[in-house]
This record gives sequence, structure tokens and C-alpha cells, in this order.
Amino acid sequence: MLDITEDPKDALLEVNNIEVIYNHVILVLKGVSLKVPKGGITALLGGNGAGKTTTLKAISNLLKSERGEVTKGSITYRGERVQDLVPSDLVRKGVIQVMEGRHCFEHLTVEENLLTGAYTRGSSRGEIDADLNMVYDYFPRLKERRKSQAGYTSGGEQQMVAIGRALMSRPETILLDEPSMGLAPQLVEQIFGIVKSLNEEEGYTFLLAEQNTNVALRFAHYGYILESGRVVMDGLASDLRENPDVKEFYLGMSDEGRKSFRDVRSYRRRKRWLS
Amino acid sequence: MPEQLVFAMEVFLNGLMAGVLYALVALGFVLIYKASGIFNYAQGVMALFAALTLVGIMEGQVPFAHLINAMLGTEIHHFGWHVPGVLAILFTMAVMVGLAWIVNTLIFRHLVNQEPIILFMATIGLAYFLEGFGDIMWGADIKKLDVGLPQGINLWIDETTFNIFDYGFFIDNLDIVATVVAALLVCALVIFAQYTKQGRAMRAVADDHQAALSVGISLNFIWVMVWSVAGFVALVAGIMWGTKSGVQFSLSLIALKALPVLMLGGFTSIPGAIVGGLIIGVGEKLFEFGFGPMLGGATENWFAYVLALIFLVFRPQGLFGEKIIERV
Repeated sequence: MLDITEDPKDALLEVNNIEVIYNHVILVLKGVSLKVPKGGITALLGGNGAGKTTTLKAISNLLKSERGEVTKGSITYRGERVQDLVPSDLVRKGVIQVMEGRHCFEHLTVEENLLTGAYTRGSSRGEIDADLNMVYDYFPRLKERRKSQAGYTSGGEQQMVAIGRALMSRPETILLDEPSMGLAPQLVEQIFGIVKSLNEEEGYTFLLAEQNTNVALRFAHYGYILESGRVVMDGLASDLRENPDVKEFYLGMSDEGRKSFRDVRSYRRRKRWLS
Repeated sequence: MPEQLVFAMEVFLNGLMAGVLYALVALGFVLIYKASGIFNYAQGVMALFAALTLVGIMEGQVPFAHLINAMLGTEIHHFGWHVPGVLAILFTMAVMVGLAWIVNTLIFRHLVNQEPIILFMATIGLAYFLEGFGDIMWGADIKKLDVGLPQGINLWIDETTFNIFDYGFFIDNLDIVATVVAALLVCALVIFAQYTKQGRAMRAVADDHQAALSVGISLNFIWVMVWSVAGFVALVAGIMWGTKSGVQFSLSLIALKALPVLMLGGFTSIPGAIVGGLIIGVGEKLFEFGFGPMLGGATENWFAYVLALIFLVFRPQGLFGEKIIERV
């Protein structure tokens, strides 16, 4: 287990009190701060519309093409301000996002999809082939389907393609958005298992946005809980799992047995802002 | 062999040749549509503009001569030199790349994620702007274009067919050149799109802008590249059409003939543009030959569109268009 300290020197990626506005009017993030340590799996949890995806897109700079912008705060990677870069610069720096809903290139074959991941690299064909084999080792299913059009593969396979494609850029940090979306529980376990081994064996750093709090907290080292654009709680994953509020609101467990929907409150207690 | 059949064969061959020229224009549409989802109405005008620029450079014409003369009271029209065809083609290509960059930077960069209809409107605006701009830059008179391509009847075909059928086919050398050039162009484009890194990136952008951005592909670079390639295709089409019928403003109207070609071949298929062009070319020539006299002639004006309509009803994605992938 990774040792997380509060020392900012250990943070590879640091998001500092950012505010994000869409279309100049809609305030989506109201001051989100987080730290992603090197070699860890950090989870960003919260319900629909909490701002998980927006946070990831703010980091990867995909916001601009959706008319969103970071209006306050700063985002640094290895101590360097990165929020004014274009996505391709960030990919070259080693930060790549796997988007929610997979977003494969439908009409390209599985292998072509993976190859587009190596677009920013000036590497030789041999190096790229070696990485392709590395991806196939982690996702043997993709090797079988390498010649099929990605649009015709299953949801799980597409998620594998999306992750594999990101790996092909030789990243340091992978921003993984909602990998469990629309997948059967068994597949979710499998995908998370692969994420874990990629983290442990290859040393990739992950920042993971996930609604499935239960799974995410089992695989992650550290977690942040977002609610309507703010971080309301953070802590070691093991601590969060035992936290009575998290249990009640996100894991659906409570000391008083099952609750009806009437009793569900939004999480407002102990709200705090990280600076 | 009956005389009618021999005539029909000649018509068929001429139809194929005409179809190649349609296909050349259609190719440009397909490229831009594939990479950016933009239906570029200005493709025909781009061919005209390329041809005008080519003639202008070859003849040593002073661009904007009328404007300059009117403002400064001078009387300049020509630099007084002649540029050889090959060199002029290279210069024109540079102009087309410049045009691609300007179009992308000034217009389409700002329209990312907009509705297709807005993009389409933008290209209509571009088409008429470019037509007027070409007029101001190079003048509105009809120009002769000769880059040294062979023209006139192919005697070998004439003689050979005369020996066989007792009737010599009239096939223009220029059409044969156009066919060879189109074939080479299509091969090159298919190889580019399927087997190169930039070609793959182009297809990726066509599928999903956001995902392409996320893996570090620069949309601007890809779009400038695609518009440049489309500019090159427009230049080739402009040379062929310009050599055949002179460089004049009606050239931009051939773009409209590319529409039925696209409906037939599919908006997203490079080989489809060629096959569609050939079917339209042969179809309208044979129809005119067979039924034209009965229907009072001039069937070539509408036959292609009727054929395209029938196709739209039964196979909306065209013969070779990408299947619309829908998973349930």
C-alpha cells in the first residue's frame, strides 16, 4: 500500500481550488482541490453531476472544445502550470484521459484504434509494436479482435480499447473517467483488476472518476468525494470505506438497516473546502 | 456487329471518360466530408480558383490588376514572363495550401462542435466569396489553359477500332490522361488514408473529434491537411476541366454534377466517388443515346439526379458509404 503524505512535493498532479464555468454562465466546479501522488490510484467519487468528469476534463484541457473554462485556481503537473496547454501538449507530458463512454473510433479496427494512441510519439515502428504487444498481454481479448471494427465490439471490449489506446501514448498519468459505465459487474471487476495490475506492475498513476463507490474504494488508495462542484470529504480509501457517512450515502449501508428513499439526504454535514 | 451496338460502345467509353471527370470533383467532397463532417459546397469553386490561379501564374498575370490600376491609375496587367506548367502547378499548390490554412483559421476553427447545417452554410458563403475573389484577383474573362497535356483524338484507338468494327471510335487523349491521373490519385489517397499515421489520424478525427483530441491529435493540423489535399484534388480537377473547356466561371457549376455522384457512391468512400462518377457518366450518356431522341434530348441535365434519387430511397448511405454503425 502506498504511503500518502500531505507533502505537496509528492504530488505529481495538483489541482488547486479551481472553478469551471461552461458557456460563460454555468458554474460547475466551485473550488475543487486535489492531489494525485505518483504511483497511486486516486479516486474521484460522487453522484451524477457532481463534477467528476468536469474535473478530469479541466486537467486534460478537453474543456475548451466544450466551451468550458477554468476561471480560477491552478492546475500543476510536476510543479508546472498546465492549464493553458492544448490537449496534445499534455499527452506529450504524459497525461492522457480515457473519456467517459469509451469514445472509440468506430470505423477504425481495434488495432488502428490502439495505434492512434501513439500519435504524439516519434517512436520507431519497432517500439510501437512492442507496446502493442504489451497492451495485448494485458487485454488478450483485444488481440483476438484486432481486425474487427471497434464499433462492432462489445462495451467491455471498447473500454479495453479505450484504456489500451491511452497506454499506447506511454503515459505517466491516466485520467480514467467512469470505466464501469454500462458494464456487467463481472467485467467491472476485470477492468479494475487490470487497472490495479497496470498500477502495480507498470507504475502508472491513475486518477479515476467513478460513481461506483464500492468498487472504486476497494481498488483505490485515496479518495475524494465531490458533491455539486465541491470536495466534501477526502481520505485514505480504507478510511472512507469505514466512514459511517460514506457507508450511508454512497455504499448504501447503514447501522439502522435498510432505508427508504424518503430518508435519503444529500451529504451536507461536515462539508469542507480544501484550499 | 450491328451499327447501333458499335455506336453504343463508343458512347459507353465516352461516358466512362466523362465520369472520371465528375469523380475528380466528387473526390474533393469526400475527403473533407470524411475528415470533418463538413459538406464542402465550395469544392467546385475551389477547382475554378485553382485553375484561375494556375493560368494566372503561367501567363505572368498581375493579381488584382484591375484593383491596382483603378486605385493607382497605372496600366499594368502582366509581369511579362511565362512560367512553365510544372512550376506553375507547384506554385498553385502552395496557394491552395495557403487557402486551406486561411479557411481553417478564419472560419472552421471557430465553428468546432457546431451543427452540420451551420458548417454547410459557411461553405456556401465561402463558395460565393471565393468566386468573387477569384474574379477580382484574376479577371472574369474566359482563359485558355494548356499545361502541355495531350489533346485531340487518339489515333491508335481510332485505327484499331476502325480495323475491327469498320468504324473509328473518337476518344480524346485528354480523357485518357484524366483517367490515368484519377486512378493514380485514388490509389495514392487510399494508401494515405489506410496506411499512414496522418491518414489514420484523419479517419480518427472523422469518427470522434473529442476522442481524437484526447489522444493528442491536433484537429487544426488535420483539418488544414485535409483542406490542402482537397485543394490539390481541386487543382487536378481544375486542370482537366480547364484544359477541356477553358477556364471560366461555369466551371464552379460542375460541382453540382458531383452531388448525384456522391449520393450514388456514398459521401464517405473514396473508391465510391470514382465508381459513382463512372456510373453517372456512363448512365447519362447511354440514356441520352438510347432515349434522348424520344424525350426531346437534353436528358443529361436531369438523368443523374433521378438516378441519385432512386438510390437515396433504396440505399441512403450510397453504394460504398460507411455503414452507419448502430448497436442495440
